[in-house]
Amino acid sequence: MPSAAAELVFDEATKVYPGREGAAVDHLSLTVPAGEICVLVGPSGGGKTTALKLVNRLIPLTGGDIRIDGTSILDHDLVELRRSIGYVIQQVGLFPHMTIEANIGTVPKLLGRDRKWIRRRVAELLELVGLDPDKDRKRFPAELSGGQRQRVGLARALAANPSLMLMDEPFGAIDPIVRARLQDEFLRLQHELRKTVVFVTHDIDEAIKLGDRIAILREGGRLAQYDTPQRILEQPVDDFVADFVGRDRALKALSLRTLGDLEPTSAAGDGLPRLPAETNLRDALAVLIAEHREALVVVGADGRALGVVKREDLLR
Amino acid sequence: MTGWLLAGGPVIPNFGRPSACLKRNGWFCTDWMGKHWGDTLQPALVQHIELTLVAVGIGFAIAFLLALVGFRWRIFDAPLGGLTDLLYAIPSIALFQLLVPLTGLTVTTVEIALTSYTLFILYRNILSGLRSVPDEVLESARGMGFTRLQTFVRVELPLAAPAILAGVRIATVATISIATVAAFLIQYGLGAPIFDAIETPDLFKTELLASGGLAILLALTADGLLAVVQRAVTPWNRLR
Amino acid sequence: MVASTFVEAFRFMPNHFSLLLEKAGETAELAFTALAIALVIALPLGLWLGHKHRGLLLALGISSVGRSLPSVALIGLGIGILGVGFWNNTVALVVLAIPPVLTNTYFAVEGVDPDAVEAARGMGLTETQILTRVELPLGLPLLLAGLRIAAVFVIATATIAGIFGGGGLGDIMARQVTYGLGGVFAAALWVAGLALLTAAALGVAQRAASRRMTPRT
Ligand SMILES: Nc1ncnc2c1ncn2[C@@H]1O[C@H](COP(=O)(O)OP(=O)(O)OP(=O)(O)O)[C@@H](O)[C@H]1O
Ligand SMILES: [Mg+2]
Repeated sequence: MPSAAAELVFDEATKVYPGREGAAVDHLSLTVPAGEICVLVGPSGGGKTTALKLVNRLIPLTGGDIRIDGTSILDHDLVELRRSIGYVIQQVGLFPHMTIEANIGTVPKLLGRDRKWIRRRVAELLELVGLDPDKDRKRFPAELSGGQRQRVGLARALAANPSLMLMDEPFGAIDPIVRARLQDEFLRLQHELRKTVVFVTHDIDEAIKLGDRIAILREGGRLAQYDTPQRILEQPVDDFVADFVGRDRALKALSLRTLGDLEPTSAAGDGLPRLPAETNLRDALAVLIAEHREALVVVGADGRALGVVKREDLLR
Repeated sequence: MTGWLLAGGPVIPNFGRPSACLKRNGWFCTDWMGKHWGDTLQPALVQHIELTLVAVGIGFAIAFLLALVGFRWRIFDAPLGGLTDLLYAIPSIALFQLLVPLTGLTVTTVEIALTSYTLFILYRNILSGLRSVPDEVLESARGMGFTRLQTFVRVELPLAAPAILAGVRIATVATISIATVAAFLIQYGLGAPIFDAIETPDLFKTELLASGGLAILLALTADGLLAVVQRAVTPWNRLR
Repeated sequence: MVASTFVEAFRFMPNHFSLLLEKAGETAELAFTALAIALVIALPLGLWLGHKHRGLLLALGISSVGRSLPSVALIGLGIGILGVGFWNNTVALVVLAIPPVLTNTYFAVEGVDPDAVEAARGMGLTETQILTRVELPLGLPLLLAGLRIAAVFVIATATIAGIFGGGGLGDIMARQVTYGLGGVFAAALWVAGLALLTAAALGVAQRAASRRMTPRT
């Protein structure tokens, strides 16, 4: 069973839908290193979903190639290819006639795993995605909330321990608060599992938060820029990218670093706002503005003050 | 029914003196019902159940195959649907007669006609059930590496089960009802005592009520039983 | 054998054209009168119950009982009470037609997307307006589909009346001795034609109704 993360390479991958003018994905070339999250963003109709489905061959390539660990997807057996790739979509697509347990156990069962193994794996995965293995395993999808369903979808995609995950706007239909929580949990999971992930969204903030690298597609499925969030925000290659990331890109760039990344001075901090070290610089700045202060105290995990940071330190 | 006529002698029914209820041709003469349960009603009921089971069973097998064809190759859907429409639109009394030159005055004739009526309901329900699976469910099945056959057996078929069973329910009840017309052709099933009652001068009310009532009771029982089965095999549908 | 019946039937049609036309008229009159009466009774009731989301068990019960009524027995019963004739058959057919009309209307309205109804209510539409402007148009395709099945059923069943002297095309079918198998077949084809024409007309209406709701592509 595949487990170690795989390297994914798009090599001039092209898709032209029959009977349509112009390509949906146009000579797309990029490499997702093993164990990294690559986020595809772009305007609606930009070809993100198409690019994603090319990988598990839900849509056949028109030209170019896609390789997983050096082997072309065309050289894989179709069924094996799909079973080795985790696939999560916005509508989740849980099987309504199966319990949560059966849903998650689907692929292991197809792969011939025995019942005991599956039971253990399901419990493990439910725990991993923050559901209750005892209470939730026998329920049907209709009995879950949208957020819970999405967690089950994620667990199901992880069940066969795939080396590559494809996720198409998995958190798109979920309210902002739950979405933020799912994003955090997803990052925590990724920290543990280290899968190679291709993640589609049209929310640039989500892309910045989750992506190790971001690929921005423009209309017609052409790659506009492929870079780390930092470089996308600080050095957009053209007006399209600059527009797409927004006028507040300088502020967004702040959100990539936390107070812990700075070096606090040991000045007196009496009466200043106190913020934990994992607060990002953007939120810290917002606090300073709201409270009309020039400096704040950074607090460590144990609750002790680490030192003082000034407003201009944040903006440096 | 004609047994006592053959005995010769005075034409006195062998159930003894007719009760007051029978004399005034009442609707609910329990003495007649009791006397003729064994020789008339019960055999007719058994025959009726048999007619229905065979017709629905064979009809289901045929409709399932047709629906598979219509599901797999969409171009066949309209012609097959049209064919079952046409069969359904041909009145039963005509269809029975048309089959007589081929299969004679037999139970087979009746079964062919009854089977052909079930196709209309079963074909439609099976097909619409198979087609009702949401796109995203099919897509995730494909994405998880289900083969076409696995998708059909593990996803489409179970999700179509409620619609298919609903079709079986409707077809069964409708067949029980239509099967009473069979007695227009042969003395078989609950239609026989019904026709017998209607054709008696002044209408034999007790016999009509007893045999018609049995047909209704049979249909309602079948409906209830199938409803229970439907609930039992589709637990995910019980929510809400 | 089959072929000769076919030939006979098609020879019967021109030879007895006026008879077929007259009998078809009787069948149509019987079936459509019954359908119309059933509509007048069951449509408003179904709309109202569906709108109120009430009477699910009633609707289900009526549909089960309705489907289980043996038409032969019902027409026989009609004869017993009302005597032979048009009205006895009409009453029997009305009783047979009400259940499908009622339950289809009920489920057509009941199944309308609750979000759409709530939005309408939020916009200040009265209950009647919600029923006529939101639920009825949205439920119309399903309603017409149900009506279509009910119509075919009633037309085909109307011929049973012929067995008991109720007239119509069933009359020809019940008298093979007089008209021959060709005549029976011819009459059957006419009934099927009548039923399928009616179904087709309602099918066109149904498609028109559902086309209005799906975005043009
Ligand atoms: N099955 C298809 N047949 C023909 N054209 C298609 C098909 N699927 C998508 N397209 C077209 O290809 C282009 C890219 O579509 P795609 O779904 O990949 O966009 P997307 O970036 O995922 O958009 P969104 O953010 O709205 O989900 C669009 O112009 C779309 O109309
Ligand atoms: Mg998309």
